[in-house]
Formats: sequence, structure tokens, C-alpha cells
Amino acid sequence: MNKEKQDHVLNYLNKNVRYDGRKKDEYRKITVETGIAATAEGSAKVTIGETVVLAGVKFEVGAPYPDQLDKGTMMVNAELLPMSNPRFESGPPNIESIELARVVDRGIRESNAIDYKKLCIKEGELVWTVIVDITPLNADGNLFDASALAVLLAIKDAKMPKLKDNKIDYKSKTDQKVPMLEEPISVTVLKIGNHYIVDPVSDEEDVLDARLTVALTKDNTICALQKGGEQPLSEKEIEEMVDLAVRKSKELRGYLR
Amino acid sequence: MDKTNLKINDKDVVVPGEILAEGMDYLPSQGTYRKDNHVIASMLGLARIEGKVIKIIPLSGNYLPKRGDVIVGKVADINFSGWSVETNSAYAAMLSMKDATSDYIRRGEDLTKYFNIGDYIVTKIYNVTSQNLIDLTMKGPGLRKLTTGRIMKVASPKVPRIIGKQGSMVSMIKKATNCNIIVGQNGVVWIKGLNPEDELITVETIKKIEDESHVSGLTGIIQKFLESKGRKAVLETVTEETTGEA
Repeated sequence: MNKEKQDHVLNYLNKNVRYDGRKKDEYRKITVETGIAATAEGSAKVTIGETVVLAGVKFEVGAPYPDQLDKGTMMVNAELLPMSNPRFESGPPNIESIELARVVDRGIRESNAIDYKKLCIKEGELVWTVIVDITPLNADGNLFDASALAVLLAIKDAKMPKLKDNKIDYKSKTDQKVPMLEEPISVTVLKIGNHYIVDPVSDEEDVLDARLTVALTKDNTICALQKGGEQPLSEKEIEEMVDLAVRKSKELRGYLR
Repeated sequence: MDKTNLKINDKDVVVPGEILAEGMDYLPSQGTYRKDNHVIASMLGLARIEGKVIKIIPLSGNYLPKRGDVIVGKVADINFSGWSVETNSAYAAMLSMKDATSDYIRRGEDLTKYFNIGDYIVTKIYNVTSQNLIDLTMKGPGLRKLTTGRIMKVASPKVPRIIGKQGSMVSMIKKATNCNIIVGQNGVVWIKGLNPEDELITVETIKKIEDESHVSGLTGIIQKFLESKGRKAVLETVTEETTGEA
């Protein structure tokens, strides 16, 4: 890590200013759009400052997993394109994109956001699979929160296609939505020095000491956590970061409409 | 010259394929070409008519390394003969040991004490080979390693507007914000101020120049902008506006 850059960012934070002039607990301007891709059953675009993330939902039918014969499944995949940030390289998924996909997946899965039982078509034989793809169009920090929000909006936006002789007819959509039980919101809190910040820009992410992604349900139950960065976190620090996440999640929940 | 053959006005925004002039009265230059009897635009940008020559100043685009340019580069790697440097262009740049310092460097010495990976340097392009390999040098006034400060990137076609005529724009910002600013021709800008507030105003100002670089009377707009931020902005050199290079 570049020590000089970290000192410079810390110098800003010590004076209570972020690297782009914001407050420490302030998000950049967020805009959301749904139903933007005609070829996907559901889609959403989330813009946080300069960061733009696209999420798309497709459906498949297939055999269920042997340990949950009466449940459908979900798959989340993320691809970090070089066009979104020159730091990313094309090729097989790297550790960053796998982490992004898994953290978003865990937030949705562990909050029981989707009613998988209702995605069962014929027990033990045929179930729906919800396939979610995350594509950042521009990556200027905070891909976790942007992706989690985009994925949730895309799943909510999705209309299931028609089933004909146990095969999907992608050309005709039904009015049926994905059965939802919960709406998890992810907030990532960064620790740089002894400061906690939300919604980091790339420059701040480059110098982080630790980060904690907190996924919260409607009643503020923590349903998933992901810790990143090289520095450890104490119990007290985690509590403070979760408190901040809970406070900011209310703001983000407003974008679900 | 018969003006009727001209299909556009000076400083018009033109798109690729647009006919700029008919007949043989005008000559195509940068960003334009001749097809049959027409001069046609090949890129998006501002058309400039200079006598009989029509050229286009691009609105955006990547940096193309040119001999003699002073750039801000980032050290990407250290190898046997020196440092390789990222120049914000498509081509690789090399800073060899003999061009980096006049110190005697022993065999097997730790090169990171001169420049480490991730360091930013102000450096000059002293040669661009036919294969577009870039040779850099640190020998020259003001060429050095940059310590602390922050880096921002702008589109390289906007660099002349940020510098201004004879450096008028950048020196105005420097005076108004108390910041030290180095604008590399490759669009990498280094800013160092006494406090974050000064640096943020500088970043904001440079972003504004980048956004409004095609507007005429830009120096005046920036002067007002700086004053609206409570800064004293004085323009010292000639005030006449040009859209061309500084």
C-alpha cells in the first residue's frame, strides 16, 4: 500500500473532510433505474456518484439440489470489466469479482429474501433458478453497496417468463414476480486510521485499513457480514461500524420505493 | 477566398462524416480528410479554420506521447536497467538508470530508494521510437519525484485549456488556492496545498475547466468561479481567448 497516499487521505479525514469533499458519513448522489434491459427478465442500474452498476436477472429451469428437493435456487455472478476501471483485467474471475458476487449473494440468501419454496415447479424434478449478473459500468469505489442495491432492484423488477412443456419461452413474459419475503440492504463501512467512513471513492478504497460489509433486513437484523482489509477489528470497533451501517441503511432503503 | 464553399463556422462542433468544406479551396489537417471534392471530419470535436487549413480539436481522446512533453507518470515496475513508468497512454515508458540520476549506482543496489513502485514522478519524454516505446529522463529543470499531494486525471486534449495561454490559467488557480499544481501533458495533474480545503477547490476548478473547455471566455468564468468560492483570482497575462494550444 502506498503510505504517502494513506497519509494524505488521513490528513483529510483528520480535518473531517473526505477525499472528494464530503462528510464522513455521507453517501454520494444515488440514482436508481429499473427495467432498462429489454433482453433480461429484470434489470436495474444504480449510480452512486461516478460509480455505475448494472444488474440483470435471467431465469432457468432445472433439477433441484438433492438436499432441497422442494426449493428453487439463485446464482449471483459478477464480472469486473476493464472498461469500468483500468485496474481490472479481463479473463477468468479474480478474487475481487468472486468476493463481490459472494457478498451480494450472501446478503440476499441469508436474509431469505426470495421464497425459494414458491420457485418449485415439481418437487424433486423441476425448479426455477434465478440467475443474477452484476456488471459495473464504471467503478469508482463502493461496488458492494451499489451492486447489492442493483441486484435487489433487479430481482424485484423481474417478471418471470412463461413455462411451456417444462421449457422456458423467453419471448412471452407473465405478470408473475419473484416471490419475495425480505429486502436486505448492504452498507459497507471503511476504517482508515481511527475514522469510519461510508461510500468510499477508489482513492479511499486503495488505502483502507479494514472494511465491513453489513447486510440488514427491514427490522435491522444483521443477515450477513464480510470483513476485508489487512487490519484486525476489535469487538467495540465492529459495534461502532454496525451502528453506522444501521443508520445509513435507512437512507438506502428509501431507494427501493 | 470564396467563403461560400465553407459549410461550417469556426469553433463549430462537428461529427465524423460531416462535410466541412466543398471544393479545393481548403486543406485538410488534423482530424479531417479529403474525399473527392470535400473536406470531411473524421472525429468529434471543435472545427478550427486557420487560413486555408481546417483542423479539428478533439473533445476527448487518449494521450499520444510526444518528444519533449513533460508528463506526470507513475512508477509501475523496477527491472534490471531502470524503472518502467505508466504514462496514461497506450504505450510503455522506460526510465533508465543513467537518465534517472547522476549518482553512481552500484551493481545490485536497491533501486527503490530512488523511485519505488507507486511513486509519481514529473518526467520528460526525450524520445519516442518508431515502435512507440517511450524513453524518459529526469534531467531537466523541475523534474523530480512527487511526495505527498494528490493526483487527478483529466482528458489530455483539455490540458492546454487548464494551462491557459502562457500558463495564465494555472497560475491564476495557483495564486487563488495557494496550491502547488503540476499539469502533465498526459492529463495527470498533481496538486499539493496547505490544507484539504484548498486542494478540494483546486480539484473542483480543474473539473470545471474540463467540463467547460469549449466555452469561450473560459478564463473569466473560472475567475468568477474562484471568486464565488471566496478566493481572490487575478489574471495577470494577456486576457485574449484562444481555443488553440497554449
